[in-house]
Amino acid sequence: MPGQISIRIDGEYVTAQVGQTILEVARANGKYIPTLCWLESITPVGACRLCIVEVSGVNRLLPACTTPVQDGMSVTTQSEKLQAYRKIALELLFSERNHICAVCVSNNHCELQGMAQKLGVNSIRYAYSFPKLSVDVSHERYVLDHNRCILCTRCVRVCAQVEGAHVWDVSSRGIHSLVVSDMAKPWGEAVNCTNCGKCVNSCPTGALAEKGFAVEEMVKRDGKVTRLAARRGGQQ
Amino acid sequence: MIKKVRLATVWFDGCAGCHMSLVDIDEAIISVAGRVDVVYGPLVDAQEFPKAVDVTLIEGAISSQEDLEKVQEIRKRTKLIVALGDCAVTGNVPSMRNQIQPRKLLERIYIEGAQTNKGIPTDGVPALLRQAVPVHQVVKVDLHVPGCPPAASAIAYVLGELVEGRIPNLTAKVKFG
Repeated sequence: MPGQISIRIDGEYVTAQVGQTILEVARANGKYIPTLCWLESITPVGACRLCIVEVSGVNRLLPACTTPVQDGMSVTTQSEKLQAYRKIALELLFSERNHICAVCVSNNHCELQGMAQKLGVNSIRYAYSFPKLSVDVSHERYVLDHNRCILCTRCVRVCAQVEGAHVWDVSSRGIHSLVVSDMAKPWGEAVNCTNCGKCVNSCPTGALAEKGFAVEEMVKRDGKVTRLAARRGGQQ
Repeated sequence: MIKKVRLATVWFDGCAGCHMSLVDIDEAIISVAGRVDVVYGPLVDAQEFPKAVDVTLIEGAISSQEDLEKVQEIRKRTKLIVALGDCAVTGNVPSMRNQIQPRKLLERIYIEGAQTNKGIPTDGVPALLRQAVPVHQVVKVDLHVPGCPPAASAIAYVLGELVEGRIPNLTAKVKFG
């Protein structure tokens, strides 16, 4: 078949198509690589660094979600080194904001919390920053809580790529980065917002939630968003 | 006869929920009780933290000058410290005050928010630290058991392993929140 190549994942030979990412090929072959910012059929950005893998001959770790496969590539998805770096990435996410799981709308349904459990992160070795962050409740139906945001940019991407409204963006740099609606207006004043809720359902944590839900009550359904994106041809 | 494990429990800035979860381990409490001497904690009468403690379970964040001094002394007198529950492990709910200066916080509550007897209490209460922090930020912690509260089954497993002299492997058995 044209465009078909062969790569090795954890020692196993698998076939792949030119243009596929390491993550896509791994998933298609039943190999688990942890992800947080990745969302099926949405353009990957490699923001969370949880999907880092080792590639033979490359002396740094590469994010599986944005690295295209190449013929003859040999990829390692699980190792002590990767486990250690994935834990570091996750612990840094926890230390950056105020993730108080016990009082969060997404408690027990949160991908960040679930990932910590999966990777065996039981404490955070870095000092918490305890930043002072706002909660935007100006929207009629939804809430934005920066305290819980991990800057995965799923909201930014689904709004632009699936809804076509491009309400969300990231303002500032580094530790000061914040997701903002309509060029940093309160969400309730964002005229481009269609109230569709795709951002809310794609958000992996309690950063975006529907109003009227108490602790543990917010269950996200990103399947609606990814199915729609897939029907339109997926990521381009 | 097997030597009993000298067990202490302490309650810093937390809601006592972790202690509730500890006494909620059902029949496991019988086998644990036979293997430990509870030498200090809210569940027993001892007034002073004893010496040569084998295991101390710490509930709560380190929030006040008194907590800080106590936990430093506890560290000296304990072989193995367990941070029990999210407040001890992460700061959790007590840390939600950390963006506000303690002075402003106390004024807001005891002066602006009070109907009568306006004034910040100072008698018999320790000074607040600038921030409520997890235990491992001030002393070495040997084992972290997150959860709000940790499930009784997780506590029973931890105690069961510790009395046998083993360090429990908590991967995938506990979670934050």
